Amino acid sequence: MINNQDAVKAIDNKRDGAIIVPTMNANNVHFGLPTVTSNQELDLPVSGAMGKASSLALGLALAQPDKKVFCLDGDGSLLMNLGTLVTLSNKAPKNLYHFLFNNNVYAVTGGQPIPGAEVSDWEGMAKGAGYASVFSFDNLEDLTTGLEEVLACEGPVFIHLRVEPEVENTPVQFRQRPSRTVQQAFKDLPQALGVK
Amino acid sequence: MTTHEAVLHPPALINELKKNDITHIVWLPDSETNFMYQMLQAEPTIDLVPVCREGETMAIAAGLWVGGKKPVVLIQNTGIFESGDSIRGLGLDINQPLVMLIGYRGWTRRGATPDSAARFTEHILHAWGINYYLIETDEDADRIGLAVEEAYRTQRPVGVLIGAEFGSE
Repeated sequence: MINNQDAVKAIDNKRDGAIIVPTMNANNVHFGLPTVTSNQELDLPVSGAMGKASSLALGLALAQPDKKVFCLDGDGSLLMNLGTLVTLSNKAPKNLYHFLFNNNVYAVTGGQPIPGAEVSDWEGMAKGAGYASVFSFDNLEDLTTGLEEVLACEGPVFIHLRVEPEVENTPVQFRQRPSRTVQQAFKDLPQALGVK
Repeated sequence: MTTHEAVLHPPALINELKKNDITHIVWLPDSETNFMYQMLQAEPTIDLVPVCREGETMAIAAGLWVGGKKPVVLIQNTGIFESGDSIRGLGLDINQPLVMLIGYRGWTRRGATPDSAARFTEHILHAWGINYYLIETDEDADRIGLAVEEAYRTQRPVGVLIGAEFGSE
């Protein structure tokens, strides 16, 4: 399995100007993208969006077809919005890379297993929905060396990552808040893109 | 079979969308607005983004908007009920100027409606503090322009309820 922070760091290292839309563990203030990002202005964090990070990323990919867009999704999140796989592949943006951080638990609510943990076939679902390419990695070395091939593919690409659970038990209102608000991120990104 | 004289036609709405430079319609078809489908498919200046579930629409629209485009969403009032958290988190919380065209299922000016979808719609919009306009005829179509202007001026979602007996031409 891959450590969360190692995974986001490996992805950030290869972003090369890509917009990144992280959610849940991939957006965690202790071990998610905010701890390693190399281009904060191009990050659009959306934790607590009930599985809509990939929908947001789809809109961005359609609006900015010349820029790569990475969605860093969670397994529990994707289950809340599973139709997104078909919505997204139907529009088939060539610049969209959908990473799934699969830890098989609801890590932010205490580690309860997600429905279908260890049974659901994520790669099969993405293939069946019509993604152009599907990859899977369960160790950091393969991910690090494989990202070049992943990013050379035309999207939509689905990348399944088997990651270690990083469970939090503290009620949401007592957790450390991100230093950069979602509202600020929505102000920063258009300026960074030169669209407002 | 009951027939009604059509009073709202696709060109009236689509011309208004074009006049307001709308780039995308994020859409889950419904029985109140399906009369526009063929004409929208043939419209080269507006890209249709079909979804599987209405809650996706606000998030996709947020991505389009933050990426520099000017989308609207088009869903039924039942989809508004389904989309509550998306309207909260990706509409109101991020100050998205989101125009929501809403098929007003069950709407009638004649007597009581038996459809709870119609009875709850305006109460729900009031609860969120979302202002809205009603379109019933071609003459009302310019209310889309009012909604777009208000959404961008206030940086808030605005609703447009389509409660019409529609035509196919």
